Amino acid sequence: MRGLIFTILTSWALFAQTPTSAPPGNAQNGRKLFENYGCYQCHGREAQGGLGTGPRLGPKPIAFAAVQRYVRQPTGQMPPYTAKVVSDKDLADIYAFLQSVKQPPAVKQIPLLSNSPQ
Amino acid sequence: MASSPSARDKKPSVGRRNFLKGTVGGAAALVAASHPAPAQQQEAARSATAAVIPQEHDPSPSVEVLTADHPGSDFMVDVLKAIGFDYIFANPGSSFRGLHESIVNYGGNHSPEFITCCHEESSVAMAHGYSKIEGKPVCVLAHGTVGLQHASMAVYNAYVDRAPVFMVIGNTVDAATRRPGVEWAHSVQDAGVLVRDFTKWDDMPVSLQHFAESAVRAYKMAMTPPTMPVLLVADGDLQETPMRPGEQPHIPKITLASPPQGDSAAVAEAARLLVAAENPVIVADRCARTPAGLKLLVELAETLQAPVINQYGRMNFPSAHRLNQTERSRTLISSADVILGLEVWDFWGTVNNFRDQLHRTSRPIVKPTVKLISISSTDLNTKSNYQDFQRFSDLDLSMAADSEATLPALIEACKRLLTGDRKNAFDARARKLAEAQQEARERMLAEASYAWDASPISTARMAAEIWAQVKDKDWSLVSNNAWAQRLWTFDKHYQYIGGSGGAGVGYGAPAALGAAVANKKYGRLSINIQNDGDLMYAPGVLWTSAHHSIPLLSVMHNNRAYHQEVMHLQRMANRHQRGITTAEIGTTIKNPNIDYAAMARSMGVHGEGPITDPNDLAPALKRALEAVSRGEPALVDVVTQPR
Repeated sequence: MRGLIFTILTSWALFAQTPTSAPPGNAQNGRKLFENYGCYQCHGREAQGGLGTGPRLGPKPIAFAAVQRYVRQPTGQMPPYTAKVVSDKDLADIYAFLQSVKQPPAVKQIPLLSNSPQ
Repeated sequence: MASSPSARDKKPSVGRRNFLKGTVGGAAALVAASHPAPAQQQEAARSATAAVIPQEHDPSPSVEVLTADHPGSDFMVDVLKAIGFDYIFANPGSSFRGLHESIVNYGGNHSPEFITCCHEESSVAMAHGYSKIEGKPVCVLAHGTVGLQHASMAVYNAYVDRAPVFMVIGNTVDAATRRPGVEWAHSVQDAGVLVRDFTKWDDMPVSLQHFAESAVRAYKMAMTPPTMPVLLVADGDLQETPMRPGEQPHIPKITLASPPQGDSAAVAEAARLLVAAENPVIVADRCARTPAGLKLLVELAETLQAPVINQYGRMNFPSAHRLNQTERSRTLISSADVILGLEVWDFWGTVNNFRDQLHRTSRPIVKPTVKLISISSTDLNTKSNYQDFQRFSDLDLSMAADSEATLPALIEACKRLLTGDRKNAFDARARKLAEAQQEARERMLAEASYAWDASPISTARMAAEIWAQVKDKDWSLVSNNAWAQRLWTFDKHYQYIGGSGGAGVGYGAPAALGAAVANKKYGRLSINIQNDGDLMYAPGVLWTSAHHSIPLLSVMHNNRAYHQEVMHLQRMANRHQRGITTAEIGTTIKNPNIDYAAMARSMGVHGEGPITDPNDLAPALKRALEAVSRGEPALVDVVTQPR
């Protein structure tokens, strides 16, 4: 399991990095699809990522083309989502949802994190 | 578990000095008198040292001896006390009724004290958790048949986790003395066989002397690394037959074996490799058996200025230490020239990447020239049937030894090889590692901030909220939680108890309670971050915690699912390109949602929740902690993100 965790994290480590142009999509529907298609299971309901399961996907997702490529033909642990089960249109909606995810407050503005002793 | 009285209850139970004490009368006496058990049958059922009924003292038909002063079970209690058990964890069972009675009456229900459990799996898992804190077993009692079958999953967890658990199970081997009916269903020829594949040793004593010697032997074996569960059968006749006047079986001296230390030549070679390495990495899994192990690992890491990756099988290394580089595991493993594994359960999985796709593939993630050193007591005791020993790893140096016991020699061997040049190189490495650690921590905190205000509540937020409430107390995390491991500051051995071992669901809640029982006498605050599916295996532990006033804060990580299985089903659905929206069928725990706070309150535990707004969490935790400070258990139900 520990090896699996490393693999998942590194395979997707740079996923949420660079906003880019994407086909038009419906973010509201994308949120529903993110739940219905089970993306939330590994990446969290807010796409924040899950420890040992999947990296953060938003806000600021990587380019749509890279997302699409990975979803269809993942090189890490993620199961493939082929066009047969998630259409390009649905993927565009999901991507719109990822783009709509709001940036959280900075760590220094969250006392429970900024005051965390170390 | 209950069994009804039957004819065997009425048989003569006679000691030489007691037979006249019996009362006369009633149908019971008449039945017993008209069907006296043959002396030779009774003798076969008893041990060489147990009392038999001498022919010349057989009771007359009108005088039946019904009482006895000193049954064999009293001596069994003497043995348990001599070994030093603090507690008995058990669900009551008729096959050990004699021992149960002796514990609470003859033994005064003190050292050991009987803790009432609602399921044998809970009894053993509690013992497992207790051992993680106290470093020694409690005694678990169970039926030899139905009880042990209930307990078996928890025994397997303890076995895989290399945790010492001491079990005594009741059984009546003599078919001629069994009560008709249920006692036959509760009797077995070879009780231990059920768990023999995942216990270190078991025995079925046929005399009290045999019981004493085997009990001490079993304890010694359980406590010798690799520590594991052991099992003794307490025969029903041996428990209930009176001891002979003056009979005093010998209880052997309890001298634990020194843990096995690595061969001196292998230790010297390991030191040579580690001191010469430019990028050594220490990976610790079930390394620190005791607080001394933690200190020794710190000394080794500082001697080498080498990074430590904690795989969390035990509380191995302080989380805030600058050499704790767990956040950077993959990077360090990939660049290492020497990796020292200390009681690493899965060395192969540590140095290889495995893809769970349609065609399962793997590849090394280490450099081809890396040297792999293992110190593991598991090499001393590996069984064949259950496959917990993991894939075989290509090692360069392997010591079949206890890591903690070997560390002092390894530290000294490393120190002897230090030169000025190497010290300078180590200092430079230490500075880089400290900087890298700080950067990794900042990344981790940023990760924690995402979904900070989400509902369901993020698991990072939940861990941070709990930490804010407990960080100034003397706390002990008696469960597993990945965000707590990242956000909290761990520096004491009792602050973390590792995992289940066998990943058998149902371990978490009872193990947390068992650890809390151990923490109670030290006045520590026990905190359990409790998975919902796990609690539903045997929620009766909540009642046990209230009944015995065990202070324990349980915070539900309630994602309303067996979430690991949700993901597995999703993987299959994706692979087969069908049923993509159906992964929650059979894997979730909703409709209806379970009200865990109400469930807790129904069993006498302070209950809060369900909490869905993260801003409500701190006040609920404060109220729960007030209850815990009064010596009570409390539960806060937090509806969370999946992971």
